Amino acid sequence: MAIKAKHQRLVLLVIALVVLIGAALLAAWALRNQASYFYVPSEIVANPPEPDRAVRLGGMVEKGSIKTESDGVTIAFVVQDGKARVPVVFKGIVPSLFVEGSGVVAEGKMGADGTFVADNLLAKHDENYVPREMQSMTAEQAKNVVAETK
Amino acid sequence: MIAELGLAALWMAAALAALQLVAGAMGLTARGSSLGAVVRPVAVVQGLLALTAFLCLIYVFAVTDLSVKLVALNSHSMKPLIFKIAGAWGNHEGSMLLWVTVMGMAGGFVALVEKRLPEPTMLATLAGQAFVSLGFYAFLLIASNPFDRLSPVPVEGNGLNPLLQDLGLAFHPPTLYLGYVGLSIAFSFAIGALVTREVGPAFARAMRPWVLGAWIFLTIGITAGSYWAYYELGWGGWWFWDPVENASLMPWLAATALLHSASVLASRNALRAWTVMLGVVAFSMSMIGTFLVRSGILTSVHAFAVDPERGTFILGLLAINIGGALTLFALRASTVTEGERFALVSREGALVFNNVMLSAILGIVLFGTLYPLLAETMGAKVSVGPPYFNPMSALFAVPMLVVLAIGPLLRWRRDRFQRIGRALVIPAILAVAAGIALVAIGGVALLPFLGMALAAGLAWASVLPLRERNLRRTPLPVWGMVIAHFGIAVSLFGMSCESAFNVEKLVAVKVGDVTTVGPWGVKLDSIEPVAGPNWTALEARLLVRYGADGAVTRMAPQSRNFWAPPQQTSESALLTRWNGQLYTVLGGEGEDGRWQLRLWWKPFVPLIWIGGLLIALGGVLALLGRVKTDVRRLIAKDKIAYRHERKAQLRKRP
Repeated sequence: MAIKAKHQRLVLLVIALVVLIGAALLAAWALRNQASYFYVPSEIVANPPEPDRAVRLGGMVEKGSIKTESDGVTIAFVVQDGKARVPVVFKGIVPSLFVEGSGVVAEGKMGADGTFVADNLLAKHDENYVPREMQSMTAEQAKNVVAETK
Repeated sequence: MIAELGLAALWMAAALAALQLVAGAMGLTARGSSLGAVVRPVAVVQGLLALTAFLCLIYVFAVTDLSVKLVALNSHSMKPLIFKIAGAWGNHEGSMLLWVTVMGMAGGFVALVEKRLPEPTMLATLAGQAFVSLGFYAFLLIASNPFDRLSPVPVEGNGLNPLLQDLGLAFHPPTLYLGYVGLSIAFSFAIGALVTREVGPAFARAMRPWVLGAWIFLTIGITAGSYWAYYELGWGGWWFWDPVENASLMPWLAATALLHSASVLASRNALRAWTVMLGVVAFSMSMIGTFLVRSGILTSVHAFAVDPERGTFILGLLAINIGGALTLFALRASTVTEGERFALVSREGALVFNNVMLSAILGIVLFGTLYPLLAETMGAKVSVGPPYFNPMSALFAVPMLVVLAIGPLLRWRRDRFQRIGRALVIPAILAVAAGIALVAIGGVALLPFLGMALAAGLAWASVLPLRERNLRRTPLPVWGMVIAHFGIAVSLFGMSCESAFNVEKLVAVKVGDVTTVGPWGVKLDSIEPVAGPNWTALEARLLVRYGADGAVTRMAPQSRNFWAPPQQTSESALLTRWNGQLYTVLGGEGEDGRWQLRLWWKPFVPLIWIGGLLIALGGVLALLGRVKTDVRRLIAKDKIAYRHERKAQLRKRP
């Protein structure tokens, strides 16, 4: 390479900076497209995300809504926040603290038919491990939820 | 009593750290140069006092002294002893005490043995170390005192999170901490070298064993943590891009880059400013990791408690240390003269490329980890997962791995591709052959495809530096490099295989039913209740068979109920064959009496962690080689000094 030896440090610095800034720009672009947003049922009903976009849905599991399908591993239930209800299907082993009337965060995609297809469920794990969104939700919205579902 | 002793030791250690800082700084000036002599002994005593405090904490945990608040909150008299002891650092306060203990001990060790650097540089280094330690002592004593008493004394403790009651996990955090703290020594060396403007090969040689040591511990810690998440969480995955996993990966990436640039500086006296910068960045990543994990700002199995005061405190420390170091760097960088030059095609050139790629990956991971926090300040709740991390890091990892195959074959300073081209024919053929085979199999996604093809070529290329060498005389660091690079190929192959050929099955079966997953037949033989020291469980007795005529083996995944604290966990069962692992998890019982089973057949998945251990082994060999050379040099120096002395004595005689 015909780089003047004198400028070597400068050239290296410029290359490194270009790569790092490029990486940062790429990262910013990818994050806009890949970050998965959090919705509560009323938001997801009012303004549904694109069908192939990974999002998270948090709310209360409606009382009496959990049904196990005939294959024994697919469950269907309804998540609600007092204003809207969203049917959810999930295939897998549910967390032990996943019960009717408690909070849940479902990770997955919103189907075109209005059913949320979850590929992971986060339930309250123990005293020290509460999904963040659920923490704030129980503070802000749990009251309404409880009041309206009683 | 013991708790008070521990607290007293901690206060004294903090006071000595302050003295070490002041004396070190004064020692650099002309008037205070006599003060410099106390710095080394003070550093040693400070380390021993911190160790005393830590041993006191282990003692109160071992005897379950419930009058100590930390014990009452995190331990339980019915726990097995080993978990009582591990419980000492399985919580926020204890783990921070472990941090300062390791840091103090490491500083003391440096003070005791490091004699190569000019004394002013050593003073500045130890003062820097004391400055960082002092911040953590203040944090412990003000915001998280591990020896707080509790009144009235409770009858029984709260117990330890059952997920954490696991032997692997008992030693996972200390391993990572050793890595983090090793990087703090590298950081202090960088500060010392900047203050006295002694950035040269001697600085790199003094720093290198610490970086190597830290890097080995980080490698082992990450590998062990990944295996723990794999078998303990029961989710079948081995890496989740969880913020806490990222917190351990980021310092590793920085340390890997630092390791390579330090070796350029040590043997070629190039990349001076860059190496110092990486020294600062590597420790910054350790601190960011600690901040992310300890502040409770992120939810994860690792975040112990949400306490904004602590988060703010660590953030303050982070700002002071990193901000201070970067300011110092900005002030002094222009005075660091440019090192030796090199051509683009050369060993240095390849290492620079590797460094830039590692830094880019580091940036990608850092961005992705912090983005949810940034977004939250703007009111959006987001999470970032594999769809971002996998392709983005691969984008930079793939070119890096290609250069990794070539770089070690290049000569220092200047080389030509033609010279090494022939050696690389076989790796290239292997990579292409693997690629063709995968296309023939079909259905493999792009990333695992690239991973396997690269792994095939890299496995061969990584041992090429040994060609034309007398294997007996090959220096240990070269062996270390070859084994570590080979380990990367092994691990990469395991990761790619797992993601390409993983077979998952989720079924509900009655007792006596048979199901299949991949080549395995699995029969649910019975469900039995079993009990442990602090849990009861339902255990599935599975009979499994590989292929149609393999031997029948038993497996027993459990669904456990702990009662202190009450919590349910699932204990997966693993069966390892030479070509992979069968992974089974027991779920719940349905209303119709069927049991849920989750089964995975994961071809070659153990290679991920075997590769990780090989990488660490490579580091150990390199470290042994470096230390051996250093010791030999020290002995030779002593001999020469002795001879001079003898000669002088002989001359004096009449």
